[in-house]
Amino acid sequence: MIVFEGVGKRFGGRSVIDGLDLRIEDGEFFVLVGPSGSGKSTLLRMVNRLVTPDSGRILVDGDDVASVDVEQLRRGIGYAIQSVGLFPHRTVGENIATVPRLLGWSKRDIDARVDELLALLRLDDPGIADRYPRTLSGGQQQRVGVARALAARPRIVLMDEPFGALDPLTRESLQSALRTIQRDTATTILFVTHDMDEAFGLGDRVGLMLDGHLVQVGTPLELIRQPADERVREFVGGSRARLRELAIRPVRERMRNEIASGGAAVDIDASLQDALGAMLAQGRDRLRVEEKGRVVGSIALADLVERRG
Amino acid sequence: MRAILPLCILVALLLVLPHAGPWFHAWMPTLSHPLYARTSFHALTFAHLGLVFAATLVATVLGLSLGIVATRPFGRSLLPTVRAVAVIGQTFPPVAVLAIAVPLLGFGAAPTFLALVLYGVLPVLGQTVAGLDAVPPAALHAADGMGYGRWRRLLEVELPLAAGPIMAGIRLSAIVSIGTATIGSAVGATTLGSPIVEGLVGNNPAYVIQGSLLVGALALSVDGLLGAFERYVRRL
Amino acid sequence: MTTDVRKAPFLPVAVLCCLGFAAVWLPFLHVAPNRLLSGVARSPHEIVLAVAWLAVAGLAWFIRSRTLAIACVSAMVVALPWLAGHDAGRLLDGAAPTSRVQTGAGFWTMWLAAGLLLLDRLRGLSLRWRAATWAAIALAVLSLAMGGAFGDIAIVREYRAQRGVFIDAFWTHVALSGTTLLLALAIGLPLGAWAWRAKRAGGVLLGVFSFLQTVPSLALFALLIGPFAWLARAWPALGALGFGGTGAAPAVFALVLYALLPVLRYTVTGLDAAPADARDAARGLGMSRWHVLARIQVPLGLPVLLSGLRIVAVQTVGLAAVASLIGAGGLGRFVFLGIGQGATDMVLLGTLAIIALAFAMDLLFQGLHALAEVRA
Repeated sequence: MIVFEGVGKRFGGRSVIDGLDLRIEDGEFFVLVGPSGSGKSTLLRMVNRLVTPDSGRILVDGDDVASVDVEQLRRGIGYAIQSVGLFPHRTVGENIATVPRLLGWSKRDIDARVDELLALLRLDDPGIADRYPRTLSGGQQQRVGVARALAARPRIVLMDEPFGALDPLTRESLQSALRTIQRDTATTILFVTHDMDEAFGLGDRVGLMLDGHLVQVGTPLELIRQPADERVREFVGGSRARLRELAIRPVRERMRNEIASGGAAVDIDASLQDALGAMLAQGRDRLRVEEKGRVVGSIALADLVERRG
Repeated sequence: MRAILPLCILVALLLVLPHAGPWFHAWMPTLSHPLYARTSFHALTFAHLGLVFAATLVATVLGLSLGIVATRPFGRSLLPTVRAVAVIGQTFPPVAVLAIAVPLLGFGAAPTFLALVLYGVLPVLGQTVAGLDAVPPAALHAADGMGYGRWRRLLEVELPLAAGPIMAGIRLSAIVSIGTATIGSAVGATTLGSPIVEGLVGNNPAYVIQGSLLVGALALSVDGLLGAFERYVRRL
Repeated sequence: MTTDVRKAPFLPVAVLCCLGFAAVWLPFLHVAPNRLLSGVARSPHEIVLAVAWLAVAGLAWFIRSRTLAIACVSAMVVALPWLAGHDAGRLLDGAAPTSRVQTGAGFWTMWLAAGLLLLDRLRGLSLRWRAATWAAIALAVLSLAMGGAFGDIAIVREYRAQRGVFIDAFWTHVALSGTTLLLALAIGLPLGAWAWRAKRAGGVLLGVFSFLQTVPSLALFALLIGPFAWLARAWPALGALGFGGTGAAPAVFALVLYALLPVLRYTVTGLDAAPADARDAARGLGMSRWHVLARIQVPLGLPVLLSGLRIVAVQTVGLAAVASLIGAGGLGRFVFLGIGQGATDMVLLGTLAIIALAFAMDLLFQGLHALAEVRA
């Protein structure tokens, strides 16, 4: 659990964060989203004390971070950044083992954990653990970066635009891997991005930051449907915001039990956006819905539109 | 590779030169003493090497510590002054440093040692600062975020990443020291420069050739060995 | 001078003032009965100097005005040599006419510390103010010298005694260095351009020269005596031109060999200063290869080459001093002859002149470099 209480920060006379309160629950995937310069990275770095707040305090599991030994605090919190920051003189395996080694784990435990993480993040080229970072692609480097952040099984992980520099395909695959790992391990993740789609795709809750203020905190649906003000509406996408909603809602919610005939099928856990895409591609207004390869229902173009009374 | 050939030549010279008197006599029959005999070539080589090794060691310790202090947060404000000293120091010719050391310490190995140390600090210092400054900021940021302490970050992240440039500085320092130690024989240090200086003063080209060949082979050997070590350190 | 730069960090002041303060207990002056004997240490103004250093540190800490600090330290840079000259005069009062007063380690350390302190306090000010401050100091020291304030210091006496020889040696040194630089440029520039174009062969060439650079200067100078003597015997015409075994010819030859490596290296780096993309684009716009060189590569590469020449010039001035050991003359002769005779003043005179010459070369090429940067 991370709690911000009246946190403020000024840089050279300019207020970057102004009296901010926020509570992030255990096991929650919380995304801070906002344009660059909105103070979201500064807020994230206050949690592991890379930045010290001028006012207010930050509690991690009930303890004020300012009262905890800074090195112990940081070793207990995972940290991944956009520029990755792998150590070029250490192999992939050694990079991943960084924090466990700082914590004094036994060699056997470390080796086992490295193997586990390599598999988890699908770093499965043979011998990759003994290669040096510069021999990896950008996507692989960031996979190592994420593995390094998760290595000591931290209960909290801070991620500062970790996928910002990756191509769309690599980004999507890393996002889904991260989401799965987060659900399986119930890790609390505080994630910073300026990409709305990424925020809505990943976050249990999303906090929109503008000019050092949290203008709205809520689930992705709440931000889309009940924007707090005009600025939020604009940032979320105006009249196109509903397209984003298609991307975060599963087929399961809108499917009907009638079984349609012919045409391609769509998985029940796919998004409504995927279903719309398949309809457009095939030039038909109805698809079969499958669950684990078995046809369980259908979805029609009209089902995508939610009628209001 | 570049170390092996000069090293073989050096060993061959050390084995052959002590017995080469008759050859030099045949070559320059007018010389009454065709072979330098005041001190054995082995002793000269070891004295030269010992002087250079000790001076480079001290220079490395000094340059490395100064460079580290000047790149820590508390010492940052010293960096411009340290840079200025290094730049101004580089314009002092080695001969000048040697000459200034003589009035302070008299004749012999002591002023040579002082000059070697003073002059040898500069390249190590410069390269240490340059190397530490060139460590990727993202790696430092990540190290901080993961809970490295200051010393641990220095030892495990910064110094290994700066090892290449630092090694280049040490190598340069050693090579300049070998050259300056040669001239040091002009102020009374016993080095491989002694046969050269005595040969020049006493008009004995045989001495000059013997000293020059040995010190040339020694310099190239040391440069080759340190160069190989530098490439090993930089392999990443 | 504005005072918005008040918050200059204090640590350099603390370190340099400690250095200066400690140097108070090193001998400020040495009094020797004649130019060959070593002297007795004398420090007539220990307390004044100690208080002065504490005052400078205190002013910097308590008042924190950079303007005041600069004024104080500038005064110190001028006052130290004046004090040395003044004390020398007093110490020589009634002493034997052969007596000499030499400046000691204390003086030199304090002067260095004061100079570095001034350099530190001037940092961050505009070039105009920095240049003006140094010029004012130079002017003050020069007018003191003209007024005879240093006339009793040993180096100045040595200079007066050996004036003719010294000036000859100075110009010989300048000629050796200048000839070397011109020859190295004449050979190095075309060779460097070729090495830049033929990458592989260029690499080999650079390798050969860096091999040569490693050989100690004295050894290379000495080894050249034989071949040059043989040349002079084989072709007496060459011998008449000064190609003896010893002397200027082998010295310049060796100096050029040493200078070629940096000239080559910086020519190659300079030609690389224009990015390949920019060269491609220029060719694509229809510029000829010669145009690309003249209008893009030279303007962009000249600052690089000049910063390299600065290193070459400083290195050459220093190595030319070694050349005196094979009879090439120059200021090195003062150094080595002085060492041989045990005449410290002579050694110091030669050494200071060599350092001053190296410094002048450094400043000259820094200035040229700054000019080229502005144009590029």
